[in-house]
Amino acid sequence: MNFLELIWLIPLFPLFGAATMLLVGRKLDPQAASEVAVAPGVEPAAAGSGHEHGHGGGAKFLISLFCPGMVLLSFLLSAAAVFQLSSLPEKTHQVIQFTWLAGQPFHMAGGGMATFAADWGFLLDPLSSVMILVVTGIGFLIHVYSIGYMAHDGGYYRFFGYLNLFVFFMLMLVLANNYALLFVGWEGVGLCSYLLIGFYFHKKSAGDAGKKAFIVNRIGDAGFLMGMLLMLATVGSVRFVDVNQALTSGRFHPEIAGFGVLSAMALLLFIGATGKSAQVPLYVWLPDAMEGPTPVSALIHAATMVTAGVYMVARSNALFALTPETSLIVAVVGAFTAILAASIALVQNDIKRVLAYSTVSQLGFMFMAAGVGAYWVAIFHLFTHAFFKALLFLGSGSVIHAMSGEQDMRGMGGLKDKIPVTFRTMFIGSVAIAGIPGLAGFFSKDEILWQVFSSPLGSKSVYVVGIVTAAMTAFYMWRLMFMTFYGASRADARTQAHVHESPKTMTVPLMTLAAGSVLAGWIGVPKLWSVFPEGFRTFEHWLEPVFEASAARAVAHGVAHHDTSIEWLLMGLSVAIAVAGILTARHLYLIRPGLPDAIRKASGPLYDTLLNKWYVDELYDFLFVNGLSKGGGALLSRFDASVVDGGVNGAGWMTRFTSRVSIWWDTWIIDGGIRLASFLVKCSSYPVRIFQTGYVQSYALVFVAGVAGFLLYFGMR
Amino acid sequence: MSQYYTATDHFVLVPAIMLALFGCAILLFDFWVFPEPKQRKWLLAFLALGEAFAGYGLWQQHTYIAGQGIAELTAFQGSLVVDGFSLFFNWMFIAAASIVALMSYRYLEVEGEHHGEYYSLILLAQCGMYFLASGADLITLFVGLELMALCFYIMVGFLRSDKRSNEAAMKYLLLGGFSSGFLAYGFSLLYGLSGSTKLSEIGVAIARRDPADPVLLLAMVTTTVGLLFKISAVPFHMWAPDAYEGAPTTVTAYLSVGSKAASIAFLLRIFLGPLASARAAWEPLLVFAAIASLTVGNLAAISQHNIKRLLAYSSISHAGYMLLGLVAGNETGIKGVAVYVLVYTFTNLGVFLVIVALRREGLVGDNIDDLAGLMHKSPGYALLMLICLLSLAGIPPTAGFIGKYYIFLSLIQAGRYVLAAAAALYVAVAIYYYFRIVRSMFMSDAEDAGAMETTFGVRVAAALTGLGTLGIGIFPEPFLRFAGQSLIR
Repeated sequence: MNFLELIWLIPLFPLFGAATMLLVGRKLDPQAASEVAVAPGVEPAAAGSGHEHGHGGGAKFLISLFCPGMVLLSFLLSAAAVFQLSSLPEKTHQVIQFTWLAGQPFHMAGGGMATFAADWGFLLDPLSSVMILVVTGIGFLIHVYSIGYMAHDGGYYRFFGYLNLFVFFMLMLVLANNYALLFVGWEGVGLCSYLLIGFYFHKKSAGDAGKKAFIVNRIGDAGFLMGMLLMLATVGSVRFVDVNQALTSGRFHPEIAGFGVLSAMALLLFIGATGKSAQVPLYVWLPDAMEGPTPVSALIHAATMVTAGVYMVARSNALFALTPETSLIVAVVGAFTAILAASIALVQNDIKRVLAYSTVSQLGFMFMAAGVGAYWVAIFHLFTHAFFKALLFLGSGSVIHAMSGEQDMRGMGGLKDKIPVTFRTMFIGSVAIAGIPGLAGFFSKDEILWQVFSSPLGSKSVYVVGIVTAAMTAFYMWRLMFMTFYGASRADARTQAHVHESPKTMTVPLMTLAAGSVLAGWIGVPKLWSVFPEGFRTFEHWLEPVFEASAARAVAHGVAHHDTSIEWLLMGLSVAIAVAGILTARHLYLIRPGLPDAIRKASGPLYDTLLNKWYVDELYDFLFVNGLSKGGGALLSRFDASVVDGGVNGAGWMTRFTSRVSIWWDTWIIDGGIRLASFLVKCSSYPVRIFQTGYVQSYALVFVAGVAGFLLYFGMR
Repeated sequence: MSQYYTATDHFVLVPAIMLALFGCAILLFDFWVFPEPKQRKWLLAFLALGEAFAGYGLWQQHTYIAGQGIAELTAFQGSLVVDGFSLFFNWMFIAAASIVALMSYRYLEVEGEHHGEYYSLILLAQCGMYFLASGADLITLFVGLELMALCFYIMVGFLRSDKRSNEAAMKYLLLGGFSSGFLAYGFSLLYGLSGSTKLSEIGVAIARRDPADPVLLLAMVTTTVGLLFKISAVPFHMWAPDAYEGAPTTVTAYLSVGSKAASIAFLLRIFLGPLASARAAWEPLLVFAAIASLTVGNLAAISQHNIKRLLAYSSISHAGYMLLGLVAGNETGIKGVAVYVLVYTFTNLGVFLVIVALRREGLVGDNIDDLAGLMHKSPGYALLMLICLLSLAGIPPTAGFIGKYYIFLSLIQAGRYVLAAAAALYVAVAIYYYFRIVRSMFMSDAEDAGAMETTFGVRVAAALTGLGTLGIGIFPEPFLRFAGQSLIR
């Protein structure tokens, strides 16, 4: 049987699952009727353990078989297709079902005619095969996990329906053979993310977070759309194969210095990627997205959807190879995001938020690699990260489940022996992300750092940022581990009595992912370890054909030669720094638990700044969201509190003077500012109200003013 | 006789005759053939018969034109013309009128204003639209416009006991008359400039004149104003929110798609016909109107709580997108406008259909909060609404994406990057208010548990609009080809 011709079926299984759930699921699920009445105040509605399919009955069991089953079918079909692909000499296979959009010939920007066409077509090549295996494989495990996790929640069918729909769109995204169809998946996963973040719609914060994610993503999407249209106008096609061919044909010259149309195109596409993959400046939606159920955080906001931007940049590697300046921007934005997010993660207390910022930071690593032209390493890190980050999220979900919904790590501790499976699997995940040799995270992260250091496009300063971030990563992950699992329990007695290991449906996926976190790295062993035969470096060779174009350009740059001793040294350094991070965390949170408080007191505003996420959300609120109204007030009053109050405490004689200043400030600047701002908001969002009085005369007046304006335009001309 | 009314004349006029005939028949016989309220459902069948006859006439025209391989067929000494353009729009009017009639039956019963005239007004308005799409003469076009508009004035005020409906009808009538005055003035100047009422002859005369001739500019401005009023473009949009809100919802639906599509057809006929040579003069006006429509429509929609009012502003912004296709002026752009109108017809009917289906005794259903928790009450309608809102926002794979895509593409091809960027940015703004509705449907609890009461007709209409919106998005090719044939040469 020729599975390669059947790849168009891969996305259809989950689509079928989603359609079934959303259309008839309500009739299947006995809980659905009471769904509205169930109000999950805490995330997984805390109920006793043990009864996995408890009161749901046969119908719920059916859903639990059906939806994960659909994803499993996709996975099996993907695996079969990828296996057949590996035996092909060409290693790419396109299935074009029909022409989806077709247009007339038009003149391109640079002269010449082109005919626009976008297919409903699928492309299986080494890059997309990695992606579909990750999406369906990890997707399946998370579906299984959700059976246990969501067992007590209302809207079981709705959850699985949305989750299946997400997998469908994600598969469309990675299997599309052109940018236009990729955009369909791109928008679709955004929609599903929105629906799933807001799944607990009773919580206002959940709805707000969903909306924030959607709107922030739309800003990126505008960039993507414009990049795509610009590509059409310049290259004349949006099909990956044609675009790559045109870009490598020599028709376009690399924009080594200066900023041309290719750079604009690459930059616009990258703006799209920053939205979807949560990079500076559009990363703010991801931490809030943790309002969604934990399996959603694991699947969408760690393993798959957020990596779509990395995938898209890697997919466009021929374009980025021609614009080294843009590539540098990608690397710098990645590095900046990595260190910014890691610094925030250092002090967060919500277990899921730590992991969310960690994800943002790791995505930054991937962009760093892509920016220096090491696309295969970016995809490699995407691949290993999918395992250990999904594991950590699902583990944290298991912890939250055990703690009856508690997410604050300050209320945890001492869980090591009570939930041993969760502990052991999360232990593996944390070792993996910290970068201890032998586990998946080490291989990919170390390769990124080496590439950043050694690549002709790389830079030493970006490397320094990377290594500092790696140290922070080890620290915050082990801070999480020590606060959660070690020491004495800080939970109240009722919660403590209730702590229980999760059901099998949750622990088996954890164990599978833990095995993946150990083994996944071994297909990308560094060249330095020459003891291992080439078979251990399959990953790089597998992806070689996809990144031929960019590799050729990198060779043109001239490959810098480095001594192997430097590489050994750097590897030793990164391992040492990982160990140091872990030990520091151990010292601070296990051996001398009083120390963090002392440090917090000593560091003062720096700690608060980190805790408040560098005030970026406030800044965005101030600048964009509330149009100077809410955020402006907050910032000004903060200024009031620190500057003015500081004066009060510092010098007695200034007290009365400053309080007078403060009153004046309050009355005139703050109140006045707020009033002015709300007036401005009204003016901009209710401009019509002024004329939309309801009196027909004033309507006619506007009409006449319009006519007069038109005539005046010609009179003045 | 034959020299005044030839066989060709008759052939071209058949669909209009059928519409007028059935419209008048309903008006005349409704009272004594169907005296019982229950029997009114036969009116629906009667209307369907009228549409079928009109459709048959249209089909014959379609096959004749295709069979002969000719671009157009003129009649009445060039006053009426059948070409790909008129056929495209007339098919759309048949679809729109039929769907509106299907969803009206139960709605009017709930409102307690179920009268036979309603169906005859639908047909007669459609007859006016027929002349707007096929007219090639100022007088024919103007009469068609007034026939359509008069029917709409009555329909907007159809809820006699509802103050809002009466007020809306009065405002619409007054402002409509006002704008018709401008249009008639512009037409009289055009006639004065060229000595003919035929569009083709006016075009020749205008091309010969100095483009800066003040009389020509005056004629152009007054004509433009009248046309922009009809498609509710800013600054001539003021009637739309009040009329949309006050009118019975089914009429709002018909007004937003039928009247708008017919007016766009009219506008394209004028701007691409007689005024084509004065492009340099009218283009800045349309750019202004388009950007102003996008701005006012999108910003004002944000603060609306009444969903019909919100859709009125959204409809204003869509008029802006349609104008941008005309501004781009290339083949993609004109085709884009046609596709956009088609897409908008199905999508907007779908949205209004859900609001109509919500209406029952004790629930008006035109507030955003009335949609709360719709996903739990009737997931089918919630999904239809979601699909249609996605389409209005222009998100693939729905039809709206195809419409917007061609408009943006035409702007880029024409080198109008700034306009393309502005239009793309307003898509992001639009997401905000469309998703307020989605959020209400999917992420809040129902305020009342009352189930929806729907009829077979409403369900059929729901299926048609849903399939249209998704179908055009997924298989756009046949529709694009159809729209491509509609280009005015």
